[in-house]
Amino acid sequence: MGIADLGFFTLAGVTLVLLAAQAVINPTQFAQVFVFGLADGAIYALVALGYTMVYGIIELINFAHGDVFTLSAYIGAALIAFFSTSENAFSFGNVIALLIVFPVVMLIMGVINVGIERVAYRPLRNAPRLAPLITAIGMSFTLEGIMFVWHGPATVHVPNLLPHGPGWETYIGGVFIGFKDVFVVVAAAVLVALLAVFINRSKLGKAMRATAQDRDASQLMGIDINRTIAATFFIGALLAGAGGIIWGLYFNTITYNLGFRTGLIAFTSAVFGGIGNIPGAALGGLVIGLIAAFSDNYIGPKWTQVVVFGILIAVLVFRPTGLLGMRVPEK
Amino acid sequence: MIARLRLRERLRDRDNAVYAILLILALIWPLATIYASDSTFLITQAGHAGTWVLLAIGLNVVVGFAGLLDLGYAAFFAIGAYTYALFASDQLGSSPAHHSFHLPFWVMIFASMFVAAAFGAILGFPTLRLRGDYLAIVTLGFGEIVPQLFYNIDQWTGGINAIGNIDHPALPFWVTGPWAGDSNVALVRNFDFGFDPVAYYVLIVILIIVAVILVNNLYRSRLGRAWMAIREDEVAAAAMGINTVSTKLLAFAIGASFSGFAGAYYGANIGLVSPDSFLFVVSVTVLVMVVLGGMGNISGVIVGALIIYFLLYNVLPALPSTVESLAKAVGLGALNQQNGEWPGLAGAAQRLQFLLYGLILVLMMLLRPQGIFPSRVREQELKHSGPVEDEAVVEQAHA
Repeated sequence: MGIADLGFFTLAGVTLVLLAAQAVINPTQFAQVFVFGLADGAIYALVALGYTMVYGIIELINFAHGDVFTLSAYIGAALIAFFSTSENAFSFGNVIALLIVFPVVMLIMGVINVGIERVAYRPLRNAPRLAPLITAIGMSFTLEGIMFVWHGPATVHVPNLLPHGPGWETYIGGVFIGFKDVFVVVAAAVLVALLAVFINRSKLGKAMRATAQDRDASQLMGIDINRTIAATFFIGALLAGAGGIIWGLYFNTITYNLGFRTGLIAFTSAVFGGIGNIPGAALGGLVIGLIAAFSDNYIGPKWTQVVVFGILIAVLVFRPTGLLGMRVPEK
Repeated sequence: MIARLRLRERLRDRDNAVYAILLILALIWPLATIYASDSTFLITQAGHAGTWVLLAIGLNVVVGFAGLLDLGYAAFFAIGAYTYALFASDQLGSSPAHHSFHLPFWVMIFASMFVAAAFGAILGFPTLRLRGDYLAIVTLGFGEIVPQLFYNIDQWTGGINAIGNIDHPALPFWVTGPWAGDSNVALVRNFDFGFDPVAYYVLIVILIIVAVILVNNLYRSRLGRAWMAIREDEVAAAAMGINTVSTKLLAFAIGASFSGFAGAYYGANIGLVSPDSFLFVVSVTVLVMVVLGGMGNISGVIVGALIIYFLLYNVLPALPSTVESLAKAVGLGALNQQNGEWPGLAGAAQRLQFLLYGLILVLMMLLRPQGIFPSRVREQELKHSGPVEDEAVVEQAHA
């Protein structure tokens, strides 16, 4: 164990001890914050997966990804308006709406993201490394601009379609748990599990892993690189799309620039878990969600950003490969 | 050998031509704009644009020369600006320190520079061992933390209320003349910069010229060659005996010091420093200026900074009123009225600005991924391979 690992474990240990102290002082509050943090973290995990997959395969920090996430909530809200739904009571119409809106929005986002890759990243694949980074930032501004033109700077309301209110909420040992909290965590878990199966079992998943490892060698083995990269963007956007609607249904308000902060936090999660590592991104999302929730409650919301990014720097200094990452040789 | 000389001549030609044009432009700018527009507004703007040019020159050292991606450059800008603002205003009087400082600008500009450089070194020391992309992420995190910190420690910095009434630079004497709108050339004693745009303009032009000379010399020095060696291949550079960590640390600290420099000037010029002025967008904008201008090439970076500034602060803000008058001219004035969901043509154009900026960034990068005036050395590397590349490097080493 090197000195860096020592530093990392000391830091993690101190944090855990402080949290444990809080858990003893006020277990109910602790558990409550834990539940909310878990729900936030599940959404961060969904977005983080897109960052980590894209980075793993083409080493690009895809700044537009957070805005793909937000755009999906905007499109979701627009589509829900076509259905007869009720925000007050849980109805059959709500189920139908959600069952249709989820896959449709995910597909739309997938197509949009593949389009972004085709237009903004593929032509620059052999250009100087900073060029695609700038187009990624440009695409991020473009997507935010589209949402800004669409609805202006005001917040947009997403109907509260998930079951809520009496009968769908319960107190377990004084801790409030709603159906929404459970739904968010379960939905994210199912999507992550599906992704893991896809990456590990399917032929395309294998192609993705191979391309991430060595692009030239994969090409020599007959893998269509362009198709594989496009598929990576497609799947990343499916997850971000699902994350966006889930966010909208959970919090019920969105703004055009939501993706910037969420994207940065999700990206931090991806780095935290070990960038390029899929289970790592999911775990990183959960941990960052929890850390943010604890920091909101125990330190104060205005310090959360400092805490999250401070942790990011500490992790990179002490353990650059992240929680689950493996040592990668410099290319 | 002859081919090499010719290459050298061409190399000097283009960049020197750009410098010459910029210098002439800078010299005639105050007179020309005063006579053309009868106001000093364009000079004020040029003074602001100069801040960005300084920032771009500094970031170019980090990104263009040493190849280290810095996504939190605005943090050092903020540190420089706050260093000046705290020690040259009444702010600290109402802080727990209960004593306000009014140190002269000419001292503080160097203090800001050193403080920013120190923070660059503090951040760089543990993180510069990391691979390139991780460094980008660390700097991104740092860039997010610093403005938030200035918000949070509001008993010292005023937080969201910002620091206002910052001292202006003063000089024992100053020359005024027709270029500043006065009729006669005259010597002014005990000159206070106040809000005199021409004085700030002269100051920033001098600062930029000094910066360009400094950076150009650095580029040609042993250190500059070490930076480029690290940029091209870190392992090979280390094998050649370059201490990669301290060389990178120097790039980081020197880059940060320019931004501290720019920060002090910014604080004095605007007279107000608020955490909002140093967000991620600022870091990105400076990076865009560097990449668009042509990484590693100082004259290109200056041009890139001026183009992006002009785009962001002149073209896009002028869009709503231009569109409005255009619609009136072609008989579509009805579109200008606000009507239900429709925010009016000016409102719509206002909303479009962000979208347009994004599209312009994407288009510019797709059309010219290497930048407008790429560094000649890199251009050769991209175009050819093998012997030509060697020659270019040798050329550089002898220059």
